[in-house]
Amino acid sequence: MEPDRHRLGVAAQRALRWESGLALLVVAIVIFGAVSSAQFLTPTNFFNTGVTSGEIAIMALPMTLIIISGEIDLSVASILGASSALLGYLWSRHWPMLAIFVMVALVGIVAGLINGLLVTRVGLPSLAVTIGTLALYRGVALILLGPNTISNFPASYTNIGVIAVPRTDIPWNVAIFIVLAIIFGTVLHATATGRSIFAMGASPEAALFAGIRVKRIKTTLFAVSGLVCAMAGVLWTFRLATAVQNNGLGLELDVVAVVLLGGVSIFGGKGSLLGVVLGVIAFAALQNALLLTNFNQEATGIVIGALLLISVFAPNVASFRRAAVPRWVRGRFGAQSSSIGADHD
Amino acid sequence: MTTAVTQRQEPAGAPPGAGSRRLTERVFRIRESGIIAVLLVFVAVTTAIQPAFLNEQNLKFLLINTTVYALLALGETMVVVSRNVDLSIGSVLGLSAYVSAGLFGPHPGLPVPVVFLAGLGIGLACGIANGLMVAIGRVPSLVVTLATLYIIRGIDILIVGGNEVVAQTLPNSFTSIPRASVLGVPYLAIVIAVVIGLGAYYLRSFRSGRELYAIGSNPEAARLAGLPVGRRVLAAFTASGGIAGLAGVLWAAQYQTVDSTAGTGYELTVISAVVVGGVAIFGGSGSAVGAAIGALLLSSINSALNVLGISQLWLEAISGFLLLLAITLDRVISLRLQAALRRRSAGVGT
Repeated sequence: MEPDRHRLGVAAQRALRWESGLALLVVAIVIFGAVSSAQFLTPTNFFNTGVTSGEIAIMALPMTLIIISGEIDLSVASILGASSALLGYLWSRHWPMLAIFVMVALVGIVAGLINGLLVTRVGLPSLAVTIGTLALYRGVALILLGPNTISNFPASYTNIGVIAVPRTDIPWNVAIFIVLAIIFGTVLHATATGRSIFAMGASPEAALFAGIRVKRIKTTLFAVSGLVCAMAGVLWTFRLATAVQNNGLGLELDVVAVVLLGGVSIFGGKGSLLGVVLGVIAFAALQNALLLTNFNQEATGIVIGALLLISVFAPNVASFRRAAVPRWVRGRFGAQSSSIGADHD
Repeated sequence: MTTAVTQRQEPAGAPPGAGSRRLTERVFRIRESGIIAVLLVFVAVTTAIQPAFLNEQNLKFLLINTTVYALLALGETMVVVSRNVDLSIGSVLGLSAYVSAGLFGPHPGLPVPVVFLAGLGIGLACGIANGLMVAIGRVPSLVVTLATLYIIRGIDILIVGGNEVVAQTLPNSFTSIPRASVLGVPYLAIVIAVVIGLGAYYLRSFRSGRELYAIGSNPEAARLAGLPVGRRVLAAFTASGGIAGLAGVLWAAQYQTVDSTAGTGYELTVISAVVVGGVAIFGGSGSAVGAAIGALLLSSINSALNVLGISQLWLEAISGFLLLLAITLDRVISLRLQAALRRRSAGVGT
């Protein structure tokens, strides 16, 4: 096996190159947008672009840490949906808003904890667990609201979709994203916990033998993801001024796509928060530019998908020989056998 | 000596030891009998509460509703067994459904088999594209098929462009496919059951089928043992794509109105069915029959909610819960198996 230090050095170099590539991509998209539509470079358009991508961006932050730690969370959009439904349900039951916020936050944490405990304590692959909870939590939203739509929220809350943070041009959800991005970035890149997250993603056994509390950190990451997604659910609900059971349906794939586009390796152990922030910007700008050029809005998936493919193929050209088995897929005994395999590779 | 023989017979990377083969088989049996038992208990309880559940009409609906999912589950099983995943099947189904059924618009007299061939061709093309990227590009299938999920759906949306295939353009010979029955059993259900049976037989008994399990239980070992890993994985994705293409044509025949949203989200339902049916999500074990029963169980729950007058709203939560239960049980069983193997080999050692 190659030494870890060497691997980390290579990873840092690659991330650096990846991020500069992404920055160039963002510039190219902005030029494309500016050339093809006069509206693109206007403050109103920046506001709208930000406001429509805010929740995806927010959910991408905990997802980044989870994927770097070698796991995946596909239930994020369902937690968003469930918290949105809970918000609407409790509001229709005349709960005070503050109590609703506390309740929604608690439910988000519990939802994340269920994911985390099933993955770390029962030892199940996170892909399977979170496909299950994707259905389960969306099911909770369905049970809570059924076909009803709750939209009688007070304007002081629903204004966050149209009004910027006072004395700035930044929408509320983008402001929250910026604050959270600084927090998550600091934790990931400037604390021992952050190094541990990279270590367990690069090699869970080595991390365990080095005394890192792999299970505890992973459980915490899932719980934090639950909390953040619940918050995204509240923002989403107020922004659209509606609580409905299918809020955020299918967003999990967008979130994963943004994180991978940001240069985070699906195998875990590699990536940076700066890359993900750039990925988010590229994603939002591209969708917006395509919208303004009258490209069929729903078909923008083609471009996003193509970017995603490029993002996995580009680094792989360099390390073509390396075995391509993601960690969340290996399971416990799978992990042992593939590290044995690596000796021969 | 015995160890060597076992390994030669079973390149699947099964743990060496004289009793391992019998034990593994027993676990496979336990697995499927488990899901069958759940299905039987479920049907019994539902029928006890509401006898109408077992009437002919409802059973027919149930079987027809299962066909598309069960078929998709066969393809997904082949992929999952090889420790991959195909998330693009819902999009492939949608594209195939629109393009193939849309052929009837400009060509009303088109023979039905031609339409099926068109669907199959679209599916195969998508499957080969997925397979090539996974096998040759050596990138994780989750990412590749996530990307093609987007891309194929996007292409579908561009082709559809706000139109839809409407029932009036479809000939009777096409729309009657799901309704035709032999001795009261839907003809389609019989055909699908035979196809799944053949697929299961292939996976269980053919060399290349067994090799998919070998690849899934230990890709590195499979490679070192000289198995053509890339070709097998490519074949699995091709099969999954082709099956999704055929399922798209069946979907069109069943629902008769096809817009650009056909099959959205099917990938996760099918993966649920496969995993509930006892196929391990990290590859190497499970059977196509189990996956089909998983699909049958999920649509039975759907149907039972209808018959019992329970709100359909519970369906999603129940199937999610069921999936979690299935993988937890699977984990417990495999831990038991490992413990049993360890005891056994310790016994052999002394």
